[in-house]
Amino acid sequence: MSAAPQPATITLHGRKVVGGYAEGAALVTRDTISGWGGINPMTGTVIETRHELRGRSFKDKILVFPGAKGSSGWSAAFHVTRITATAPKAMLFNEMTTKIALGAVVMRIPCVTDFDRDPLEVIETGDWVKVDGDRGIVEIHRGPRE
Amino acid sequence: MRLTDSEQAMLDGRDGKAKQKAMDLLVRYAEALGAERFVDTTNVAGVPAYYSPVLLDYYKVTADDAYEVIYSRFDLDSDEVVEVPRMMVNSCGLQGGVDAEGWKTLGKSYEALRMSERSEAASAARGVRILKTCTPYLAGNVPKQGEHCAWMESSAVVYCNSVLGARTNTEGRESTSAAMLTGKIPDWGFHRDEFRFATHHIQVEVDVTSVMDWGMLGYFIGAAVEERIPVVTGRISRPDLIRHKHFGAAAASSGGVEMYHLEGVTPEAATLRKALGSKAPIAVIPYGKAEQRRTYDELNAKASDPNVDFVMLGCPHAALEQLREIAGLLTGRRISENCKLWVFTSRAIKAEADASGYTAVIRAAGGAVLTDTCSSIAQAVPPGTKVAALDSAKQTHYLPAIMGIQAWFGTTADCIDAALTGRWNGRRP
Repeated sequence: MSAAPQPATITLHGRKVVGGYAEGAALVTRDTISGWGGINPMTGTVIETRHELRGRSFKDKILVFPGAKGSSGWSAAFHVTRITATAPKAMLFNEMTTKIALGAVVMRIPCVTDFDRDPLEVIETGDWVKVDGDRGIVEIHRGPRE
Repeated sequence: MRLTDSEQAMLDGRDGKAKQKAMDLLVRYAEALGAERFVDTTNVAGVPAYYSPVLLDYYKVTADDAYEVIYSRFDLDSDEVVEVPRMMVNSCGLQGGVDAEGWKTLGKSYEALRMSERSEAASAARGVRILKTCTPYLAGNVPKQGEHCAWMESSAVVYCNSVLGARTNTEGRESTSAAMLTGKIPDWGFHRDEFRFATHHIQVEVDVTSVMDWGMLGYFIGAAVEERIPVVTGRISRPDLIRHKHFGAAAASSGGVEMYHLEGVTPEAATLRKALGSKAPIAVIPYGKAEQRRTYDELNAKASDPNVDFVMLGCPHAALEQLREIAGLLTGRRISENCKLWVFTSRAIKAEADASGYTAVIRAAGGAVLTDTCSSIAQAVPPGTKVAALDSAKQTHYLPAIMGIQAWFGTTADCIDAALTGRWNGRRP
């Protein structure tokens, strides 16, 4: 046998932040994300200068990122994405802050944190990800990479 | 999540629908954080039911009938519109996007003014103090040491924790609006002793004295520690309120600093050991001449054209001493025809500046003293602005990206010189 084949499915276990179920294509970044001043909530895109996702849309994606940064307007900016129907389908992140906790709650999308493995190491943009927020279980299916 | 009897009563709706919806949101928020209980908060600073065109459109309301709809559905994240009663605890409103007097100078529409006025009047009728500033601590809301607060506005949060020794996380619009009605906020983060110790030790090896020096030091530290807590030792002079204000605002914008310690200066840092909670720092980071110069160059990297057409001061909102300094530099002089000067402050401080004659001096020189907002928040610069001059590291961080302009960073005197001459002559330290 040569190198072990990549398993078709990887499962991560974490802690529920907001319950619910969603599945979709992953959008992964190693950069933290600013809300107010960092995204355009009318279009659901990252606008921060020098951000690796600059110009990219997170609408209907499973957004995988380290956490929130910047202005206290984080929750309100992401809350508006729910109203404009440009929100992600789910969020997976590592660093808990008041900004992201409140934002996750008012976006009403499943969110999980405190994982047994770093989701930034495991998930790649384009993977198909199933998020069971209530149980804190995330299933990753290798998808066509972008 | 453990609720007291009175908290459970609110959640069960025994104190009315609005408090029930507010508690429901706060419980969801606390559970998301992993908090186990609430603390009683007696001081809330937010932007209750702040109106915007997108919200008015979405909820199909006008500025005249929007308050309870927006408060319920957006601020409290409730599917049902509830009657919003008088606020339960000391609450104040922070900065908005338009100056009630200088809205035309800012290029704002009458409709924008009207939205702001209607929202403000409805908040005032429910007991919210209309401070309209990012510096509530300069406008009459000064929390006591140890007081549990629920504040928005990163530069005010860092001041509240670090300088006043009061306790707040960086709250958001929804959590502050819920806290105003209930007097509750999750017992998490900066409300807890063990969360407030320094993690990073910054050793200052160059003299840090001027307001610009403190702004650069804050900007450097924010980038170095991100969301962690620095303790600063070394060649720092004892800073006044203005230096704290510029330092904290800078650290909270290049990073996410919500609290800092200055050895022998801030209330929870009598000694380095106390600030660190007797633990070793994660990192010891030097700040010398090289780091200071690099920070200055980074802040000035967004400018190349020495012809300045806009000078904006007052980020965070100017203190009276800053308006005095600006008026002193402008006395008997006239700013360049090619340049505009806008100075932002709170209504409270402007009233003092009016009484002291500073506003009249600044106006006579061709400048404007504006309140309630700033260029970044209002997304407003004079028409045709290409190159700004700023004395705030925070504003320099945000404004070029928000407005697509160049910006120089320097001292207040450098900026006033630019306003008078239309040229940037700031010098690298």
